[in-house]
Amino acid sequence: MTAFLTRTRGRKRLHWTDWMAYAYLTLGVLLMFGPVLWLVLSSFKTERELQNYPPRLLPYVQKMETVPGYDKPLPIYKVTAGPLAGQEVAQIRRIGLISQVVKPSDPKTVLKVPFKDRKAVEHVALATSNYSKLFERFNFFRFFYNSTFITVMATLITLLVNSMAAFALSKYQFRGRGLVMALIIGTLMIPPTVVLVPLFLIVRDFGMIDSLWGVIIPGAATPTGVFLLRQYMLTIPDEILDAARMDKASEWKIYWRIILPLSAPAIAVLAILSIMWRWNDFLWPLIALQKQENFTLQLALNSFRGEFTTDWASLLAMTVLTLVPIVVVFAFLQKYIATGIASTGGK
Amino acid sequence: MSDLELRGVTKAYGNVEVIKGIDLKVEDGDFCVFVGPSGCGKSTLLRMISGLEPISGGDVCIGGDVVNDLGPADRGLAMVFQSYALYPHMTVRQNLSFGLENLRASKAEITERVTATAQMLQIEMLLDRRPKDLSGGQRQRVAIGRAVVREPQIFLFDEPLSNLDAELRVEMRGEISRLHRRLNNTMIYVTHDQVEAMTMADKIAVLRDGRLEQFGRPLDLYNTPDNIFVAGFIGSPKMNFFPGRVEAGGLRLETGTVVALPPGKFMLNEGEQVTLGIRPNGMQPAETGLPLTVSGVERLGGESYLYGTASDGTAVTVHCAGQTKIEPGTQIALTLETGEAHVFSTQSGQSLLRKGA
Amino acid sequence: MLSLITPLMQIIEWPMRALQRILGPRKLAWVFLLPNLFLFGFFTFLPVILNFFYATTGSDHILLEDRPYVGMRNFDELMNCTSYLDPNSCQIDLFWRAVHNTLWFIVLQVGFMVFFSMTTALILNRKIRARGFFRAVFFFPVLLSPVVVALVWKWILQDQGALNAVLDHFGLQTVNWMLSPTWAFAWSVFISVWFHMGFYTLILLAGLQSIPRDVYEAAAMDAASPWRVFRKITLPLLMPTMVVVLVLSLIKGVQTFDEVYAFTGGGPGSATTLVIQFIYQNGFAGAPRLFGLASAASILVAIVLIALTAVQLWITRRNANG
Repeated sequence: MTAFLTRTRGRKRLHWTDWMAYAYLTLGVLLMFGPVLWLVLSSFKTERELQNYPPRLLPYVQKMETVPGYDKPLPIYKVTAGPLAGQEVAQIRRIGLISQVVKPSDPKTVLKVPFKDRKAVEHVALATSNYSKLFERFNFFRFFYNSTFITVMATLITLLVNSMAAFALSKYQFRGRGLVMALIIGTLMIPPTVVLVPLFLIVRDFGMIDSLWGVIIPGAATPTGVFLLRQYMLTIPDEILDAARMDKASEWKIYWRIILPLSAPAIAVLAILSIMWRWNDFLWPLIALQKQENFTLQLALNSFRGEFTTDWASLLAMTVLTLVPIVVVFAFLQKYIATGIASTGGK
Repeated sequence: MSDLELRGVTKAYGNVEVIKGIDLKVEDGDFCVFVGPSGCGKSTLLRMISGLEPISGGDVCIGGDVVNDLGPADRGLAMVFQSYALYPHMTVRQNLSFGLENLRASKAEITERVTATAQMLQIEMLLDRRPKDLSGGQRQRVAIGRAVVREPQIFLFDEPLSNLDAELRVEMRGEISRLHRRLNNTMIYVTHDQVEAMTMADKIAVLRDGRLEQFGRPLDLYNTPDNIFVAGFIGSPKMNFFPGRVEAGGLRLETGTVVALPPGKFMLNEGEQVTLGIRPNGMQPAETGLPLTVSGVERLGGESYLYGTASDGTAVTVHCAGQTKIEPGTQIALTLETGEAHVFSTQSGQSLLRKGA
Repeated sequence: MLSLITPLMQIIEWPMRALQRILGPRKLAWVFLLPNLFLFGFFTFLPVILNFFYATTGSDHILLEDRPYVGMRNFDELMNCTSYLDPNSCQIDLFWRAVHNTLWFIVLQVGFMVFFSMTTALILNRKIRARGFFRAVFFFPVLLSPVVVALVWKWILQDQGALNAVLDHFGLQTVNWMLSPTWAFAWSVFISVWFHMGFYTLILLAGLQSIPRDVYEAAAMDAASPWRVFRKITLPLLMPTMVVVLVLSLIKGVQTFDEVYAFTGGGPGSATTLVIQFIYQNGFAGAPRLFGLASAASILVAIVLIALTAVQLWITRRNANG
């Protein structure tokens, strides 16, 4: 057993540096996954459980039982002192310091137990109340729809517009191409964070402030996207385009029947990047969207942040729901995302 | 009529002229090969004919009509590319249909023509595969099929066999020739391989540096090359060239050897610097004659080649029938069969053959 | 999806074919470029130009024609300090606090980030089991949204949060992290490193893996010690990647806003207010809206960013050529 554990790939005993490395990595797993896992676990705790201090690791819910004669399931307690000590009882109501309880086996007889002499019977379970409350109290689907609409439309427009530009810049020789390339490199230097004020004016003049389009359109042409696609399209042999021209394909047909399908890998990378950018986007939506009904999930999450009181129960549930789509995408496309992001320098 | 005529066609990129005025007429049904060393402009010329490359000057006429301003698809041509340029994301069937779809042919007609073409080229069983699942030879057939299915007036081939291995190349050479006999279309074929040119062409156009050096039937080019370049380019192994000067109706070579030429066959001026060209099979080892130091011998069984240098340093190749006994390092002498000799002006490179002789 | 795209593309084909006939295939390239150039023009280049107009005009009107020309006054106000080292001596003290915060933030964040991503990359480059899993673990936060990252950590750091519970458990002094200026700032740096570290780890790991194996084998034949191998082979060969990481993280560091704003809102007080937040607050959140001041500040930020990006482009080009 020890031999098995201490065997590395080279079948030699682990060096002390190997132990250090694994220790570091284990710590890393705890530090990277732990907080998110903690948040997800917390989101399945009841509101009362959330206020408990110190918090418990796992979510617990109180045992509930349907007792004949009562419409709703009743919470179950264990009595800790007095004549009923050690028995499980169902609480009907609580009056001051006294709980009125019944034995589930004998629902007719109402008994009285001092409030401090009973302890809730709990078991580990996921409480979904935070989620159901979220849907009741907030227009969650509205936010979810806004985020999804922005992400999907913006990604489609980005793909179309950027691939058209990349096609022109990779497959045509024309006067002014160098200038256009220089301009696009120039836009790399001007992140939207430094032109917020005039951008706001322009988007307002287009009548797109407080409209989802005001978030979608300004960022649809990304220099990163143009570069990424152009680089890939340069590897498609020109002879294939010539063959298509001999086959009487128009330039537009060459673009969408030949170039687009052949650039699929690069387009997929850009699509993933764009989905991530848009889903997680914060600063520009914060400026461009003002009515709550237009908020994206990120804005809605942010708006929960009160100075002193925070509705953590709903906030936790909503955070998890915001996080889920990206984690799902990540789980399936981890490798592509990683290489895609590394190859473009992030943004 | 689907003959092709080029009238003073030129092409320039900025100040660099790559095609320097070419006149050429390919008759209907001819198999014409453009041959020349790499960078001679033969592929550019083909692309100018196809319409993929705009021309800078002159006219391209197909079937008597000037087509300078027509796009590549409207000239009634089809082209087979060096890299095949099959659409990698489409099946063979889709590759063949794509052009017909663009021409708005009916579904039934597309199916019929694709099937017929596939049968002719024996690629029916490949129709649902993608190019990456095909061998080199199969891809080649599909590329040809994509051209054939369009039923073009003229076929253009841009070095179609250069990506195949030697054995397959010979096979496909025969195949394309058979295709030509069967369809009887005009075909224009670009290659840098003079063997391909000699074996396949009805007419060969030898190009060098953007100029047409000679245009004619393969054996005419072999037998009566217009200049040193064509003489050296056509025929394998290459023709041997000896510098010399005209002296008393004959030639005195730099090696000192005097060669007598058939009287009246060449236009010779006393004292002129000329180059004697003689093919490897126009010389035989003999008791006396041109001295040669043999440096290498290749015995191929049925024939042998001797490689050596003449006394003035000229590299010489000699073809011998059968299995020669000559060893490397020996000194031999060569007799020249002057009936097979060519004489060129050293200065201009032009043949000095008297026209009509 | 495909059944949706095909008809759309076929519809666009008609006008495009007509344009091709009129313009010819070469000029058609401009048609392909047009949508992209339109978007770049209106939403990137035009804002850059207008930014200068805003920076040189005053009042809280958004329309340029309502704004009186004030020359360099906005810049003068921003730069009006007795001592740049003491924000209290400045006319716009919040701006200089934000500048100081941002500088500290960048120094700490970039320093820790480069150190930890380098360490992680070196460890992941060793012969370890389940390397793909560990790499994914470190990369995973990069995908989260800044707001989610902020909330994840706020949940842990709140007064009744998990961290205080752990401290309590071990009998240590608990802290109300978010109310302490120093701790709020420190945690802002920490979550920013936590958030972005995986990205730089990935770049450095790619750099490490591109070092040819035979170089290490040659060093092993020369009996070099592991430390010497690291100093004399790994570090010099990794230098170009290191520089890229450094410049990239600087560029992003200057622009940091999202995760810190969602984490602390800039507080307590102005302890975690960064420059971009200053721009945001003056232009969009405060009353009156000081567009001029916001634009002037953003021009100052842009100058820094353009300089950094120019360095980055220069380095990437040099790396690509070398």
